Amino acid sequence: MTETTGKRMIGVDVGGTFTDVFFLDEAAGEARVAKVPTTRPDQSGGFLEGIRRETDDLSGVSAVIHGTTAGTNALLERKGARIGVITTEGLRDVLEMRRRDRPRTWGLRGEFEPVVPRDLRLEVPERTLADGTIRTAVDLDAVRAAAEHLRAAGCEAVAVLFANSYANPENEAKAVAALRETWPNPHVSCSSEILPEIREFERFSTTALNAYLQPEVSGYLNRLDGALREGGFGSEFMIVQSNGGVMGVETACQLPVRTALSGPAAGVIAAGYIAGEAGFPDVITGDMGGTSFDVSLIADGHSMLAPQTSIDFGMVVRTPMIEITTIGAGGGSIAWVDKGGLLNIGPESAGSTPGPVAYGQGNDRPTVTDANVVLGRIDPDNPIGGKLDRLDVDAAGRAIDIHVGDKLGLSTVQAAEAILRVANSRMAGAIRLVSIERGFDPKRFAFMPFGGGGALHTGAMLAEVGIGRAIVPRYPGVTSAIGCVIADMRQDFVQTINSTVDDLDTAALTRFMQDHVNTGTAMLEGTETRFEARETVFELDMAYVGQTHTVSVPIPVEVRNGKVHAPNAKQVAEAFDDAYNTAYGRLLPNGTRRVMNLRSAVIGKHPKFDLTTLAPSGGSVEDALKGSRRVHFGDDWHDTAIYDRLALPVGAEVAGPAILEQADTTVLIEPDLTGRVDAFGNTIITRKDSHG
Amino acid sequence: MSDAAIDPITLAVLAGRMEQIADEMDATLFRAAFNPIIAEAHDASHGLYHARTGDTLVQGKSGLPIFVGVMSFAVRAVIDKVRETGETPQDGDIWIFNDAHLGGTHLNDMRLVRPYFRDGELFCWLASVGHWHDLGGGAPGNYNPAAKDAFQEAFVLPPVKLARAGEMDRGVLDIILRNTRLPQSAEGDLNGQLGALDLGVKRMDELLGEYGGGTVSAALDALSDRADTLMRAELDALPDGRWEAEDFLDNDGIVDEALPIRVALEIRGDRMTLDFEGTADRCQGPVNIARPTAVATAYVAIKHIFPMLPANAGVMRAIDVRIPEGSLLSAEFPAPVSGYTETILRMIDVIFAAASQAAPDRVVANAYGTINALSIAGRKKNGQPWVMFSFYGGGHGGSPESDGLNHGSAPISTATIPPMEILEAAYPVMFRQWALRPDSGGAGRHRGGLGAIYEIEVLEENGAEVFLFGERGKHAPKGVAGGSEAATNRFSYQTDDGWAQPPMVSKMRGIQLRQGQAVRLETPGGGGYGPAAERDPEAVARDVERGLLGADAAERLYGRGGAA
Repeated sequence: MTETTGKRMIGVDVGGTFTDVFFLDEAAGEARVAKVPTTRPDQSGGFLEGIRRETDDLSGVSAVIHGTTAGTNALLERKGARIGVITTEGLRDVLEMRRRDRPRTWGLRGEFEPVVPRDLRLEVPERTLADGTIRTAVDLDAVRAAAEHLRAAGCEAVAVLFANSYANPENEAKAVAALRETWPNPHVSCSSEILPEIREFERFSTTALNAYLQPEVSGYLNRLDGALREGGFGSEFMIVQSNGGVMGVETACQLPVRTALSGPAAGVIAAGYIAGEAGFPDVITGDMGGTSFDVSLIADGHSMLAPQTSIDFGMVVRTPMIEITTIGAGGGSIAWVDKGGLLNIGPESAGSTPGPVAYGQGNDRPTVTDANVVLGRIDPDNPIGGKLDRLDVDAAGRAIDIHVGDKLGLSTVQAAEAILRVANSRMAGAIRLVSIERGFDPKRFAFMPFGGGGALHTGAMLAEVGIGRAIVPRYPGVTSAIGCVIADMRQDFVQTINSTVDDLDTAALTRFMQDHVNTGTAMLEGTETRFEARETVFELDMAYVGQTHTVSVPIPVEVRNGKVHAPNAKQVAEAFDDAYNTAYGRLLPNGTRRVMNLRSAVIGKHPKFDLTTLAPSGGSVEDALKGSRRVHFGDDWHDTAIYDRLALPVGAEVAGPAILEQADTTVLIEPDLTGRVDAFGNTIITRKDSHG
Repeated sequence: MSDAAIDPITLAVLAGRMEQIADEMDATLFRAAFNPIIAEAHDASHGLYHARTGDTLVQGKSGLPIFVGVMSFAVRAVIDKVRETGETPQDGDIWIFNDAHLGGTHLNDMRLVRPYFRDGELFCWLASVGHWHDLGGGAPGNYNPAAKDAFQEAFVLPPVKLARAGEMDRGVLDIILRNTRLPQSAEGDLNGQLGALDLGVKRMDELLGEYGGGTVSAALDALSDRADTLMRAELDALPDGRWEAEDFLDNDGIVDEALPIRVALEIRGDRMTLDFEGTADRCQGPVNIARPTAVATAYVAIKHIFPMLPANAGVMRAIDVRIPEGSLLSAEFPAPVSGYTETILRMIDVIFAAASQAAPDRVVANAYGTINALSIAGRKKNGQPWVMFSFYGGGHGGSPESDGLNHGSAPISTATIPPMEILEAAYPVMFRQWALRPDSGGAGRHRGGLGAIYEIEVLEENGAEVFLFGERGKHAPKGVAGGSEAATNRFSYQTDDGWAQPPMVSKMRGIQLRQGQAVRLETPGGGGYGPAAERDPEAVARDVERGLLGADAAERLYGRGGAA
């Protein structure tokens, strides 16, 4: 067992452009960050290079935790393995038919190719009914023959997808057992193991995508694991899941689909923890990258979980994930004027390659970043991306003139302000969507920008949405890497129950809960980490009979010495009434209550590291002042003080207009705002006339 | 509305803000609605409408596409009613009605219209429409294929005041709730719609408080002008000329006679005319539609052809839609209209077919063209009644860029299909097959998407009774730009003497099935795009290898057995 005090931990987040590494040495009270270019297609190069920047000796490191986009990229770029499917007679096309949706509402354009072509989706005789009755026993000879066919066709992984296997997994389990005897590798994914939940397309899709990722992702993770061990690493290698919890590398190799949104989830976890420690349990995060702005809401320290997401059209992953709302407005989003004379931002983006016009890498259409450059908000002499020593401000201005200014009769500066106003308005819209539209009053919340560009737009978010304050973390560019070392270990489970409360078999329900607790506990105990606390959460998806939208009903269940003491039907009914009433403000007096699914989570809480480790020591505001620059705000240029952000001491007050610069981030404090460095080195930005 | 000019930046910001208000109204109702047709299938819509004309100013993006065009008619019906009665709308008034001959679509769609005031002046109208589960009439759920008039379809409510200056009229509510088989569901949906309107008022207050009425009003005018400018720019880029297209409905469910739908599309400069002269006269069965529905449908077709156009009435200024009097596209009250979906899908098909002649690179081939409303009903052993009701999917047309989408939703809808396992868990049925239908996509350079096969067996000892309201049983979805037609819709059912097909092909009521017998729906694919001879031989071979195209069909349609 590794001691949890004085530990050395390494968090690694691999993003599209950069690989960020966060080193924490609690005993020494030190934290350091490294940023290296992401290597492609094999991300392990950048991963190991980033760690080597700091140390070659991994023997004293207690944990390496990884937020990865390997899975996301493989899905988006369709670079998973060649896989086969074995399914129920009559259902080979479920994956291709989806839920009868279409890519876009208007236009009727576009087609869809599932990750498994039709000739590699084979049917076998078998059928289970919705009540769990086996109508046709599985034909194992047919399963073996199908497996042989798929192997001969070059499949590296196989998914077994049987109808109603959530209700009775027997046929599927037999088929999978037979397959595992002969399949040449461990890449056999079984739908009732991965997601024993009603809704065949969602279950089949999640399972097939798991199989699709397994060879690639497990190969990648095993390579990393091996390299870490060679470096003397003798402890736990863990992977961040989309739900914001971590899992051991072995689990990740079996369930790679759970890493689909690993990287962004780690960022939200860090944001929530940093804001909470700073005294803001209610926070809205905004991660601005090259092509998108990702927003997430944390209320009272808890991030929202979404039950599923579509990685792309028709590629549904159903596993709990931190809810992140994305709009296409990033630094690289292109500004253009349409035939009707309206200024638009995106959805087309110059991304990081070729990137903004000012990067001089071949793009000649103006982006949001170009507007920031022209207005003096980004230092042209210290470019963060691109290959130039100095950003090409003139080229950015010319592009803005040609594509925006001339068409709207605006000067370069006016046009640049216009681009920012429209971009800010879209970003503010995303924040309204996750807050106001869901009944959360933004005044209660703090806004936390992270990623490279978010802190340039803080003032606009405060002004447009009515948020009271912003908190810029000390290292906004490596938030996801920090999140890796903060995240708890967590395993989620689901089981469809589909019974009215009156008919509820509480003994069976308890057995499922006990199963989940046993499996989750075994996972926690199999690790080398010691947990500060363990937590088990049970929820039921419930609705009235006839309704399709369920509500999440937390149920009070005692787990004593690993044994589940289940509630009775009356307690379940009361818990539902509470939850339903909270959600809709009324109950249906004659409605019949139904339990659709059981959801369990087993969580091992890591002791959290002390964020003052990140805080600055010493320094003075005077010494941190680097100079000044003319920056455009509103209608005029302002002489604006430029500070070295990391050199500002705790308690420093900086009145706007000011710019705080650090290696990968520019923090903009507009003329009507003021910034203060808190005890952890975060910058708290508020209006000059307010006290919050 | 104001004549003040507005700067382009404020305009861009306000455009987004107002669209978000309408979207948020949609979301509010989807969450609160009690019936799954609104909650899951999003058969609802919200927007802001012009104070004087009722023209659509802004509409939510997540509602059903057909409502984008039809909502302004609902508002106009209320404006007419106000004018007729000479009353003055007050803050807090709400009108409610479902009369499809005034507001378009069908009687299930309950419309709520509320005036929005700013500084004592009528600023605009807010409206909400949602598909209610049941409103009385001859068949539960109101899809009555044998209805000969509106009275057999549902309870008909003309525009009446549900609230006066914020006071609900309990009497009106009582009348409505007494005329539905599902009062609980109806009241839940109504509350959701009222909530959406309240939210719209609140958000408009905030927006106008921030920007001032004059600015917002100027923005609304400018957005409408901008839509007009965009539409005219698109039309101007197309050649002048006149193009015709014709297609058919199988029958009206009562008389087995094909019903022609015709359009002549004319472009002159930056204007377009869509003239439906030559379309069949009003018929006995429920495939008639009211004039507002027909005009709205033209809008839906146009927006599919030019998807980047905004959803406001400015788009239609340059387009003249001519609907002949007495035709089934302008049926007067009380003609039955519950099957309106089939007729408007055919209108979209002929508009696409005509437009593709003018601009072959802009238009996709016909989609499957029928919603196939299939209902399987019976009684369980314990006497409890059950009704499984759903719409089924088919193929989309091939496009200039790619093959059509397999198994998509109808162009007038974005509703998803319920999962098979949810249906099997809720009703005593088992799907023997839920699959793509090989050979159903129209041949072409880019073939049509494939339709589907659903074979559904009844597990209930007491058997079941089946109703189908479909189309495209005799007249297949067409290809464009030289592409071929798709397979027709095919419905069959098991009897003691084997498989049978209904006499009206695509419409049938009261089929009796025993336990262990099944119905089988084979839906059309989409039409092909471009000549089949131009299809990439490798694409043909790939379709054969994947079993999407039989070797025989490959030979027949493409002149080769799939050998590349």
